[in-house]
Amino acid sequence: MVTNQLVLADYNLLRWIPLIPLLAVVCNLFWGRALGKKFAGALACAAVGASFALALYVFWQLPSNGIFRDSIYTWIDSGSFRVNLSFQVDALTAVMLLIVTGIGFLIHIYSLGYMEHDEGMVRFFIYLNLFIFFMLTLVMGDNLLILFVGWEGVGLCSYLLIGFWYHDSNNAIAGNKAFIVNRIGDFGFILGIFLLVTELGRQGIWTLDFLELQKHASMLSPASIGVITLLLFVGATGKSAQLPLFVWLPDAMAGPTPVSALIHAATMVTAGVYMTARLHFLFVLAPSTLSLIAWIGAATAFFAATIALTQNDIKKVLAYSTVSQLGYMFIAVGVGAFSAAIFHLFTHAFFKACLFLGSGSVIHALDGQQDMRKMGGLKAHMPQTYWTYVVATLAIAGAPLTAGFFSKDLILWQAFSHDATALWGIGLITAGMTAFYMFRQLFMVFHGECRANDHAKAHLHESPAVMTLPLMILAFGSIFTGWLGAPEYLWGNRWDLWLRPVFGAAEAHEGSVGTEVIVTLLTLAVVAVGIYFAYAKYGRDGTEVEQRAGAGGLLYRLSLNKYYVDEIYDHVFVRPFTAISDFFARFIDPWVIDGTVNGVAAVTRGSSQVWRGLQTGNVQHYAAGLLVGTLALLAYYFGQS
Amino acid sequence: MLPVNYYLILSAVVFAIGVVGVLIRRNLIVVLMSIELMLNAVNLTFIAFSRYLGSMVGQVAVFFVMAVAAAEAVIGLAIIISVYRQRRSLDPQDMQLLKW
Repeated sequence: MVTNQLVLADYNLLRWIPLIPLLAVVCNLFWGRALGKKFAGALACAAVGASFALALYVFWQLPSNGIFRDSIYTWIDSGSFRVNLSFQVDALTAVMLLIVTGIGFLIHIYSLGYMEHDEGMVRFFIYLNLFIFFMLTLVMGDNLLILFVGWEGVGLCSYLLIGFWYHDSNNAIAGNKAFIVNRIGDFGFILGIFLLVTELGRQGIWTLDFLELQKHASMLSPASIGVITLLLFVGATGKSAQLPLFVWLPDAMAGPTPVSALIHAATMVTAGVYMTARLHFLFVLAPSTLSLIAWIGAATAFFAATIALTQNDIKKVLAYSTVSQLGYMFIAVGVGAFSAAIFHLFTHAFFKACLFLGSGSVIHALDGQQDMRKMGGLKAHMPQTYWTYVVATLAIAGAPLTAGFFSKDLILWQAFSHDATALWGIGLITAGMTAFYMFRQLFMVFHGECRANDHAKAHLHESPAVMTLPLMILAFGSIFTGWLGAPEYLWGNRWDLWLRPVFGAAEAHEGSVGTEVIVTLLTLAVVAVGIYFAYAKYGRDGTEVEQRAGAGGLLYRLSLNKYYVDEIYDHVFVRPFTAISDFFARFIDPWVIDGTVNGVAAVTRGSSQVWRGLQTGNVQHYAAGLLVGTLALLAYYFGQS
Repeated sequence: MLPVNYYLILSAVVFAIGVVGVLIRRNLIVVLMSIELMLNAVNLTFIAFSRYLGSMVGQVAVFFVMAVAAAEAVIGLAIIISVYRQRRSLDPQDMQLLKW
């Protein structure tokens, strides 16, 4: 690997980027009610907007090979182990900063319209701002511990926002599920951190600082690096919804739609990808972990895409699509193309946020309806939502010159050129399925006849400008953000250039430009086939959607029921666990635990029944006792001598 | 001069009478008096040894014991008086509240 000359500089402005949203949280927490819904929402938006402006400024100042650092204070100082509370921004963090604050800002604005009629709007914005704070902590932390604080913080906010409408116990259960599944991943993550610290500590290096870690990573033995990266990746599978821990993400759609867009599509779920990219210097030293990551990514991409083919809930389709796209990112990570992974993360943030917000606009218009079978023909009623949705759908499907085209192609090409033909094949098929399910959704929601009931039809309306404006900006981004990472045969990859100081120069691609073009054309052909099938099945006129779907086939039912993964987990993990808990609650707790405690008390009371007779309260008895004792001692003493 | 044994035996007898008085009498004033008996039995021993050994230390100790005994009698009688005012009784067997 090429060593990079990184320039470190102090930059005290950085702390304000996460701090401003936190101040807004505090303000809304104490005075939100007094300020009123409108003002509290505006304050929250302004805070994220200010963070975005600051992030832009920092980005502007930052040279590609520079690192800005803002040390606030020493958090832990124990012997030679020292952890600072400090933030840093390098090229990678700058990108994440712009995604989090930029997309976050748009989604905040959108939420002003979406949550307008909701009782808990102030609470919503408090959670949302708190999320932004933790997410910024996650991406800006200059050591693993700060990253972990942010990691757990966003998990908490995710839980709070999934269960935002807690009056419906299903939502609360979905929140719990997300939290518990993430706990499993986080357990692996924190074990990985512990192991990393102790293994490096054994070499005399006590640190969690990324730069220090990078310097000393080669001191670790290959075996321990393998285990450490594997454990860290377990954390990533939890947060980024990869096999086998992806089950929480589809359920997380119970939260308000802006939350799905911000947390469960654009930012939080990509934290796993960010973490692996941040620790790329560890992962590249563990080839076996990398290939496992690539295969898990590919399997997840494929598996989730097959589920998305048949879902009828508009947000569930998008949720499985997110899982699938995250799989793509991990394919890229797995073949060592970190910059491609972050590139797809970046473009995905735009088009998936746009899709989610578009679906939110539809749901808003239909008064909470999420079943695509009861939609259709909305094109005429919601032109702005429709056109932005079309753009984003084209982008995710990978139509030429859209963002998804460049980023997905880059990943597929990286897989292909790294001799991972099988991974490439899976990615290719998944790309076709992506095109199919996205266009299926487009046709079911916007084309054909309207299948909504009369009440909903009467209320159909385009969303207000505060909601459509973010949609348009995101749609704009869904096309043009991709142009940053164009392949060499067009105008070259600016993206890779920007991130090169962080990840090191990409290895020389094997394979010529000609092969790359052919691979791209092949992808496009597969995508076109996917779109054609979607049109053939759903596009002509969408009145009898269910019949046309080929309902009844075994594969169809498997996909519709998500391969029964939830049911399998329920039987294999949840039920035995509750059964054991039940057993403990019924027998172990009342009989063994309580029995021990009560038994000790009973024995004490029983024996004291006998001995307390000695204490009569009569002074003369005590005096007699003294006398007897003294005489006994004397007798013993004289008996001795 | 009488042998020191005689004094010691007398002192032991007085002490024993005091002990028995403390243990069996049912009037607190008599119990207090019995304690005085025990103290004075000890004093007698001190004096006897002081004389026998020709040392003044024993007599010093006696003065201490007498001073303490005076103080003890004052406090003891004060307590007895206040107990009597409360309960109209000086029988220790009537004072058994302080138990389980």
